[in-house]
Amino acid sequence: MSARDASRARTRQLSLFARLRESRIFQGVALISPANAYLFFFVILPLVMIVILSFLSRGAYGQVVFRFNPGNYTRLLDPVYARILVYSLGVGFGTTVITMLIGYPLAYYIARSPARQRSMLLFLILVPFWTNFVIRIYAWIMILRGGGLLDTFLQWAGLTEEPLGLLYTPTAVMIGMVYEFLPFMVLPLYTSLEKIENALLEAAADLGAPPWRAFLRVTLPLSVPGMIAGTILVFIPAMGMFVLPDLMGGAKTLLIGNVIRNQFLTARDWPFGAAASMILMVMTLALTLFYTRRAGFSEELLV
Amino acid sequence: MSDKKLPLWLRLYGVAAYAYIYIPIMILMVFSFNTMKLNIRWEGFTTRWYGVLFNDQQVILATRNTLIIAVVSTIVATILGTMAALALHRYRFPGYNVSETMMYIPIVIPEVIMGISMLVLFVMLNFQLGLLTITLAHIAFNIPFVALVVRARLHGYDNAIDEAAMDLGANELTTFRRVTLPTIMPGVLSGAMLAFTLSLDDYVITYFTAGPGSTTLPLRVFSMVRFMVTPEVNALSTIWVLAVFLVLLAGQVVQNRRA
Amino acid sequence: MPGKYAVELRDVVKRFVTPEGRDLEAVSHVTMKIRNGEFFSMLGPSGCGKTTSLRLIAGFEWPTLGEVYIDGEPQGHRPPFQRPVNTVFQSYALFQHMTVFENVAFGLEMEGASKDEIRKRVGRSLEMVQLIGLDRRHPKQLSGGQQQRVALARALVKTPSVLLLDEPLGALDLKLRKEMQLELKALQQRLGITFVYVTHDQEEALTMSDRIAVMSQGKVLQMGPAVEIYERPTSRFVAAFIGEANFLDGRVKSLKGGNAVVTIPAWGTDIAGLSTTKVHVGDEVAVSIRPEKVRLTDAPEAVKNCLEGTVSTSTYIGSDTHIYLDVRGQRIKVWEQNRTSTLDPRSLYQVGAKAWITLPPENTLVLARE
Repeated sequence: MSARDASRARTRQLSLFARLRESRIFQGVALISPANAYLFFFVILPLVMIVILSFLSRGAYGQVVFRFNPGNYTRLLDPVYARILVYSLGVGFGTTVITMLIGYPLAYYIARSPARQRSMLLFLILVPFWTNFVIRIYAWIMILRGGGLLDTFLQWAGLTEEPLGLLYTPTAVMIGMVYEFLPFMVLPLYTSLEKIENALLEAAADLGAPPWRAFLRVTLPLSVPGMIAGTILVFIPAMGMFVLPDLMGGAKTLLIGNVIRNQFLTARDWPFGAAASMILMVMTLALTLFYTRRAGFSEELLV
Repeated sequence: MSDKKLPLWLRLYGVAAYAYIYIPIMILMVFSFNTMKLNIRWEGFTTRWYGVLFNDQQVILATRNTLIIAVVSTIVATILGTMAALALHRYRFPGYNVSETMMYIPIVIPEVIMGISMLVLFVMLNFQLGLLTITLAHIAFNIPFVALVVRARLHGYDNAIDEAAMDLGANELTTFRRVTLPTIMPGVLSGAMLAFTLSLDDYVITYFTAGPGSTTLPLRVFSMVRFMVTPEVNALSTIWVLAVFLVLLAGQVVQNRRA
Repeated sequence: MPGKYAVELRDVVKRFVTPEGRDLEAVSHVTMKIRNGEFFSMLGPSGCGKTTSLRLIAGFEWPTLGEVYIDGEPQGHRPPFQRPVNTVFQSYALFQHMTVFENVAFGLEMEGASKDEIRKRVGRSLEMVQLIGLDRRHPKQLSGGQQQRVALARALVKTPSVLLLDEPLGALDLKLRKEMQLELKALQQRLGITFVYVTHDQEEALTMSDRIAVMSQGKVLQMGPAVEIYERPTSRFVAAFIGEANFLDGRVKSLKGGNAVVTIPAWGTDIAGLSTTKVHVGDEVAVSIRPEKVRLTDAPEAVKNCLEGTVSTSTYIGSDTHIYLDVRGQRIKVWEQNRTSTLDPRSLYQVGAKAWITLPPENTLVLARE
């Protein structure tokens, strides 16, 4: 029997177990199946349910009726809701821009500090980052509310006569949003900036670029992955926030997150809430695709 | 980056930015000692709110729940997430891209949507909302984070060490136990810590999947802030901030000692 | 059949599917018989199949066709931990979370050896590679050369009958590499173990090996002692890959026994040489001669294969001078050993000067043109 035939015969003799053991495909599938199954059941399936739900109707007592109803979506075109959608986008956009404006110099400052200071500075950013956000917002509630600390301070300094009434306004919401999301913008920016080798800036200087030009033509473009990661980490959650507007914006300022929550817990119009969620999902996916197509899933996201 | 001294304006900006970040927190902590119950103005110094806090049964219960949920969800998510990370790093199989995308979805979608979708799932299945549903939800959003962290750490992994172990006589299981696992352990622990923290802190998803009897610390803090604003909230917040500070500090020390 | 050959590959084929979905035959009908106690090298450029062949012996890959034999026993689908061979990896593959001692002891632990025996054997192994005193360190704390020795000690402690080495010296700097080459050779001779060594560095292979298998594109082109590979390459690839060679295109005019006469169109004359491979009259061939074998004189000689040329460049290397001549439009390299004591070597081979080259027929090879 030739070597060839012997080999083939031997393969046939191998038990299923041995063949599986060699199969890398089997090993890979076996490892990922538990996580896949779990995520499919607890993430994908619920999302599919939401999609289906968005096309159904609400019964008289708030239960779900299996009647096809595209009206949920058309209801969203109502000026009331359209305004909320636009406002949510605006808040997301505004938060992103402001946190980037405030956060970029801060990230730059940390990145260019000497190594010892740098780890301490990072540590100081991480502490608020990991502190529960309700607590951090509460601090601002204390400051901003009518008769609160800011008012007390301004009156004591003689700058105002009456309380400013900043709490429960869109301004308060923005202040809270920026405060909440600042670390999310600073950390990826820092990661990006820190990776820029000194040698590049020295080369730019060597070739005749003054510092501001070196910044514009070398540093800024190289920090774009960080900017993109920061945008993803800020814009999307900001749009979907409902806790913050609830606490700091009062009944007047609603984001789409509030609408969704209200439909599911207060108004009990689940199909409508599902439709609103779909819109938020679409906006999220559009943003994510737009940004990751430009940068890929970079490591700056691994904050 | 550079060794050169930073321009003055940048240093001033840095100080101002840190002040902006920390002053509210400082205020929060200071006012935990305020004698005034409504906590609008500073009245006097007292530590009694801490006493109130430590006797607050609801807070104690919430803390216990939070810890249980965090521990359980971390353990499950770490195991499943690490397995997934290994699968994605080392193997190619049919359905690879789908699996990878599915892994990233919970990270990208807004928490509201994850929360309500799980609520819908549990209601449709007639699952009673409680600690179990919260834990199941936490596992779901923790798996991707663990997988992400472990996968990042797997990047530099030299597959040859597994081959070396087998070459020296270890079978697949022994190789995993004696070589692979110890080598990836720092990454796995990082992922576990991340999962633990995310679980401790989570408000939104917990909000939708919690039942009437099952409250967690973040939920409790929220209702305290919303409805019952006394310096007790400040006391709780102060302790929370200090806890985070100490844990992060410990983490830094461990990291420095390893290096 | 016990003990006939240490390692044997019989008509082994290994096919892969590339990530792009194409079929790749990394090892193509390779047959090798490696003798007990020899230092056997597989030499070739990247992608030639040498590493894959080594991995087939170790058990990290299984043959698509054909069979691998170790000590006369067919290995079939045996996993690496059941084979009596050990490997030294290119990246050393040291266990970073273990100390040097634990690394070396690992293989013995797998065997179930007692603590005392482990201590003794690890000690001996570390002594053999001159690493005494470092056993409590971690790999991270060692230099590249030290890490390499740990990898070696770890593989040798199990006293395998065959040691497989996959380009183990690649990451070392030149001087260290040359030192290690001599040490490895000495170690092999002292221990009497069969070494199967993979490298792309032909000098390394020539220095250390008893026999070399030159590989390209999954096939073994030539196998034999270093001298044979160097002096009598059987293909143009081998002649070009090992050492340096001059090549001239020609056509076989006549053949008698091993002696051939080849017409070189570019020169318009015939060259006499040795044919070591199967060529026929009328075949297109490549005439090859190594630069150190070309005789350089400043006057013509009345012998076969003597031609006139002009010096175009001359480079002083120290022990040699490398001279490039233009001979009737063809560039010929000549290495001349520097036996003089002059301090002005350039005076010997001035650019533009006339010189005569002789290609001794016994050193001129006629190879099939590929």
